[in-house]
Amino acid sequence: MATRSDGPIIEVRDVVRTFGAVRALDGVDLAVEPGIVYGLLGPNGAGKTTLIRVLATLLRPDRGSVRVAGVDVVADPNAARARIGLAGQFAAVDAFLTGRENVEMVGRLYGLSPRNARQRADDVLERIGLTRDAGRQVGTYSGGMRRRLDLAASLVGRPEVMFLDEPTTGIDPRNRLELWDLIEDLVAAGTSVLLTTQYLDEADRLAARIGVIDRGVVVQEGTADELKDAVGGSVLELVVPDGHHVRAMETITAATGEEVLELAGRRLRVAAREGSRTLLEVVRALDAAGVEADDIGLHKPSLDDVFLAVTGEPTGQDTDVGHDIDDPASTVAGDRSRGRRG
Amino acid sequence: MAATIEPSRLPSPDRALRERATFTSTVADTWVLTRRNLLRNIRLPQVLLFSTVQPIMFLLLFTYVFGGAIGQALPPVAEGEYINWLMPGLLVQISVFGAGQTAIGLTDDLSKGVIDRFRSLPMARSAVLAGRTFADLGRNTAVVTLMLLVGFLIGFRYQTSFLRFLAGAALGLAFAYSLSWVMAVIGLYVKDPEATQSAVFLPVFPLVFASSVFLPTETMPDWLRVFADNQPITTVTNALRALMLGEGALPEGQVLASQLLISLVWIASITLVFSLLAIRAYRRAVN
Repeated sequence: MATRSDGPIIEVRDVVRTFGAVRALDGVDLAVEPGIVYGLLGPNGAGKTTLIRVLATLLRPDRGSVRVAGVDVVADPNAARARIGLAGQFAAVDAFLTGRENVEMVGRLYGLSPRNARQRADDVLERIGLTRDAGRQVGTYSGGMRRRLDLAASLVGRPEVMFLDEPTTGIDPRNRLELWDLIEDLVAAGTSVLLTTQYLDEADRLAARIGVIDRGVVVQEGTADELKDAVGGSVLELVVPDGHHVRAMETITAATGEEVLELAGRRLRVAAREGSRTLLEVVRALDAAGVEADDIGLHKPSLDDVFLAVTGEPTGQDTDVGHDIDDPASTVAGDRSRGRRG
Repeated sequence: MAATIEPSRLPSPDRALRERATFTSTVADTWVLTRRNLLRNIRLPQVLLFSTVQPIMFLLLFTYVFGGAIGQALPPVAEGEYINWLMPGLLVQISVFGAGQTAIGLTDDLSKGVIDRFRSLPMARSAVLAGRTFADLGRNTAVVTLMLLVGFLIGFRYQTSFLRFLAGAALGLAFAYSLSWVMAVIGLYVKDPEATQSAVFLPVFPLVFASSVFLPTETMPDWLRVFADNQPITTVTNALRALMLGEGALPEGQVLASQLLISLVWIASITLVFSLLAIRAYRRAVN
């Protein structure tokens, strides 16, 4: 490990990748130290999957350099492939093969001898707790089992770096917990993991560091706590009657010193750095100003709030915001939040 | 050089893994994927049924529904038995239909992320398409054997030598292999498994019927006959029929040697052109 621990295990510099007029990656920089889970957070269409595909040698970047486990991914993709594992958004396992056959096949394609592949398949299946079901066709597996098998298939090549693209999207909570345990075991055994997710709790639990990606750029980076601090502890959301918006926003900013964001459906949102005390201040100030709030509430920061703080815009998840490629708001907002955190 | 660290000094891994595709590893990868695709044919009931029941259904229906009426109108080499005339044609017909499975299998893999997984592994790039087409060749061989067995049971008899009969079967399989590449291109451009079904089978029906597969082309209207006589399905069918029944099965003025030669040129050209197109389409499809 001596040589490796000197530098990052994943190093991405100024990577650009366009699809037609869309700049899916617009100058991504990323450095991941070995032996940790690094979480990439971002809304749909932010560029997470594109970045994973570039890292996993599935896509060539238009520009920039990508090194994984000391190998230049663009110049020498096959050397990189021998060091990485990929589990995508789908469980890319064959329903018509048994669990063992699936893992063995991937082992063979990693270049293992038939005997070696078989032995490692057994080891890996044991490790992920599928030994009992290894002889059954995958068509009979549950969704969670398939995801685990998908992960196992990649592990058979003993990768130094695992890329997991939304590994728990669409599976039930129990299986989600099992997968989390599995990922933690992996890291404990020395593998570095880069995972993308839309869930803050997932990043929270697993990731030592988190990068927030939006419109093809990493706009914020840090530990989970740092990201939450950027939001400011809690978030206050309120609904005001039509016509009272401007007045309400001015009043709240005057009372809290925070910028108020206007959301769809007459909703306003503001960082509540002092929790319930901020809530009381806002209620009093609105009362004094003669603005009646239809609904008001305090909640913990969610992914949405992290996004709001970092990008100055809600995530595209429920609003389906058409991203304006030329809009420099993302970088500006990133600078602003960094400044706010001091 | 790519790596700052000498590959030999890298930490854990794994001398067992390879980083460069060699000839041996390419063969090994192709075999692994051929086997996988063959298992798909055997273990997925819908695929197994389609590739076995459907051709036998064609054989039985055509023999017993049309056979009686058509038998009298055939050249003497058929000995008045439509099955003798039909069998060589059906071997070509199932090659064309069976090739569609190449497209469907590929789009299936593309849409399920399996191709992405393969591409993230240090395996030979060429093995994906080679493994697919070889498996389809294997499946076609099994289907042709099954068809011939059923054919023999219901009265098909070749009229030449056993060797010529085998050569005929081999010609049909070679044609099927070349068509696999055509279907691979279609599948890789269409990508969507549902849409591929129709993209593959819509052109196949007129091509198979406007040929000498089921009947001699002599009774077709002139405009259709010109097309039918010059398209590869007819050429291959005629050559195959002449191999199994003798030259009397050919339209007037044709000889076996020339039909065979033209067939082989068709097969070689289709394979060459469409394998290159398929490789290009594959690169496009995955990026």
